[in-house]
This record gives sequence, structure tokens and C-alpha cells, in this order.
Amino acid sequence: MNGYWGVSRAIIAREFLRFVHQRERFFAALVRPLVWLLVFASGFRAALGLSIIPPYQTYITYETYIMPGLCAMMLLFNGMQSSLSLVYDREMGSMRLLLTSPFPRWWLLVSRLAGATAISILQVYVFLAIAALFGIVMPPLGYAAVLPALALGGMMLGALGLLLSSFIRQLENFAGIMNFVIFPMFFLSSALYPLWKMAESSSLLRDICAGNPFTHVVELIRFSLYLQVDWGALAWVATSALVFTALAVWAYDPARGLNRRKP
Amino acid sequence: MTGPNKTENADSGLSVRNVTFRYGAKVALDNLSLDVRAGAFTALLGPNGAGKSTLIALLTRLLVTREGRIVICGHDLARTPRAALTRLGVVFQQPTLDLNLSVRQNLAYFAALHGLSPAQMAPRIDAALDRLGMRERADEKARDLNGGHRRRMELARALLHDPKVLLLDEPTVGLDAAARRSITDHVHDLALQGLCVLWTTHLTDEVRDEDRLLVLHRGRIVAAGITGDIRQGAPLSDWFLKRTGGAE
Repeated sequence: MNGYWGVSRAIIAREFLRFVHQRERFFAALVRPLVWLLVFASGFRAALGLSIIPPYQTYITYETYIMPGLCAMMLLFNGMQSSLSLVYDREMGSMRLLLTSPFPRWWLLVSRLAGATAISILQVYVFLAIAALFGIVMPPLGYAAVLPALALGGMMLGALGLLLSSFIRQLENFAGIMNFVIFPMFFLSSALYPLWKMAESSSLLRDICAGNPFTHVVELIRFSLYLQVDWGALAWVATSALVFTALAVWAYDPARGLNRRKP
Repeated sequence: MTGPNKTENADSGLSVRNVTFRYGAKVALDNLSLDVRAGAFTALLGPNGAGKSTLIALLTRLLVTREGRIVICGHDLARTPRAALTRLGVVFQQPTLDLNLSVRQNLAYFAALHGLSPAQMAPRIDAALDRLGMRERADEKARDLNGGHRRRMELARALLHDPKVLLLDEPTVGLDAAARRSITDHVHDLALQGLCVLWTTHLTDEVRDEDRLLVLHRGRIVAAGITGDIRQGAPLSDWFLKRTGGAE
């Protein structure tokens, strides 16, 4: 079993080293949610009235409402960024090195997912700390309670990225991911507005949002920050994580997957 | 040395039997069979598009086919991939170094991917760096190395886990004459020391008369034997062009 942990440790360490070498990526990942929080949310706080909904027990500011959505957004962008780097790895050849390791492919891929998720979580905590400096604080224990939710949500969105990376033949096609995956997932969710608000304008849109796995990542994080468990969201996220991971491992299986193309 | 996954002649080498592979309707390898013995330098010579890289992808399990059988040191690649891949070292045609990592980090990453513990890998990495004369450059980024050094490092890396079979897919592409000579000589020495070497190339000057030669053309082996015997006095390049219809 030591070899298994050793290979995981090496893959995760490589992800961290790569992250350290790409400082601009770290700042970009932080600037994006901060702009949403400090500019967008400030502008919208007057326009959007929010009623008291679980897990909140009192009226909250809009900034407080969108914090879980922005944490999930960081996981989403990092998951997709990870898929971009997988495509890059495939074009650059380093993917071959990983896939010719004698260890089972599913273990190698899950280890890579774990590395990417660990980096996402680190960024989310830095974001939470900066938000706290601006007075947007969560219950103290919520910062610890949210860790499993971030890990599960990060693994799910990373697995989705992994799956998508098996479809993308070339790096240039990544823009399509932005248009057809990231934006619809983010906007058709409860990240920016609660589902009951969405239902006021369209029940169909509300149903689409309710079926979006990203919505459930947001809600899982939201409830965890307030020391509660949204069991429905947990089931959704856990099931989605398993399904996406299984499909990604299938897609990368040389005997059955989608990679049957010229090396 | 018997068992369900052993074959008759591949306990220390590489055996490919009746392998066919298609990209859609296009046949890349057509009922291919070959043997690569330990202690010999076997050159797989073929023009571009002959199927060399497809064969390397199948041997490294990047691609899989249901038609045919591949056995590495007695281990069937389809049935026991882990045992087979553990015995395999590969230098791909395309560079596979992480240019942002240091030389030592690249080596350590690969060693861990092959299950070596930190205690096992440290002396092997030091020995590899010493062999390359690169101990003092161990902390430099791979990006700062020239093409020849990068290739030599990839070769050293492929040997870190002490493989029994070494595959090299056109490893001298893009190198200058001195670096090509140096790598070719080094790998010939490794074969003399007992390693099973399969070297794919389309460059006839990398093949020596005493090497075993396999000529791959349109997915089939069209000639096999000792190079000096095969070419029968004619320059290998002329013989090769004639045999493969001048396809290049």
C-alpha cells in the first residue's frame, strides 16, 4: 500500500509545485471572486431583497448570501483549469508519463483530482480570510465544518473537468468549455440568487437550477458554513462525484474509453 | 518460471504476437509479430507512418487492442499490466519532462510513479545524476537544459526503476549530431550489459551491422534479422529505401 500512497503523494506534490510556479494563476483565482464580492454584490445588495431562508436565521446581506456561491465558483474554475492543464499535459507529453505508471489508472486519476482539489481548497480559505478582513464573517466553527463540503464539491467538479478533458482534442477548444459549461453552471444555480427568487420569473429555470449539480455544491457549502448538513445536497454531490469520476476513468481507459486516437 | 501468464520465449524480453490495430477503418498494425531479446539492441526501422509510434503506444498500454498478445518479461500486458509495466522503461518521441520542475524533481516524480520509496529513490537519483555528470545541475529547472541534456535525462529517468526492457521511440529527433551519437552509443552499451532494447527510428545511420533489425512498413514486418546479413553489402539506407518503396 506504501507504493500507492507514494504515488499519490508525488502526484499531489507535483500539482502544488506547478501551482507555486504559476503565481498569476493564484491571483487570478482570487481576484475573480473578490470582484464579484466587493463590486457586484455591493451594487446588487440594494436591488435584491432576500427573505430569511435556511440555514440563515436572520436577515443577511447579499455579500453574505453569495459567499458560498463564490467559494463554489472557485472550485468550479479550478476544476476546469485542471482539465485545461490535463489537455496541456496530453499535448506536451507528460500525460504519457503518468499513464504508463504501473499503478491502476483510476488511482492515478483520482490522485490527480485530489491534488487539484487540495489547491482549490487552499485558495478558498485565502478568499474566506480576505472576505473576513472586509467584515464578511461566518460562524467560527463553520470555517472547519466547511472543509469536507469543499473537498467533496472540489472532487466532483474536478471529476467533471477530467471527464471534459477526455473529450477535448486540442487546447484551442477550451474556450468552448467556458461558454458551454462554466457560465451555464454558474448562472443556472443558487450561487447568485436563491431558487425561490428564480421561480418568481420562471419555474422552468428554477427546475433547471435545481437539477444542476453545481447548485447542490453551493448549498452543501452554504449549510456547512452554518454548521448544518443539507442531506439532499450531500446526496446529489456525492452521487455526481461518483458518476463523473467513474465516467472519467472510463473515458481514460485505453480499452474502452475515448482516447482511441493516434498517439 | 512457469505460470498462467508466461510465454515460451519472453521471460526476459518482449514478445508481440499477431497484433492488429486500427484507427477506425485504417489499419495501423496488421497481424504484427516480433520478438526482442535481452542483451541485444533491436532497431525497428520504418518510414514515417509505418506504425512505429502506434506499436510503442500499444507496448506501453496507452492504446489497447483485443487482437493479438503482448508479453513483457513473461507477463501478459493485457492480463497483468502492472507486472508488465513495472519491467518497462520508455523514452517517448515527444519530450515528457516537466520543464518547470528541477532535474531532481523530475526524476523523483517519475521514481514515485513507479512505486519507489524516498529511501529507494535517493541513491538511484544521485547515481543517475552522476552518470549524466549533472549532479551540480540537479536543482536547475529542466527548461534550462539543452536538448541533448534533456534527452539524456529522460533516458536516465527511464532506467531509474531498473527495467528489463527499454523502449525508445525515435529518441534522437531534434538532436545535433554529437548528442545523437552520444545517446546511440550509450544505449548500445546498455544492451551489451544485458538490457532488452527496442529502438525505433527512420534514420539508418543509427543502426549498426551487429544490431538486430526489424523493418516495419505499412503496419507489417517486411524484414527481420542481423543488419549486416540483411543488407548484404549494400548501404543500409539504399537497401531500406528500396525495400520500403522509397516511402519517407
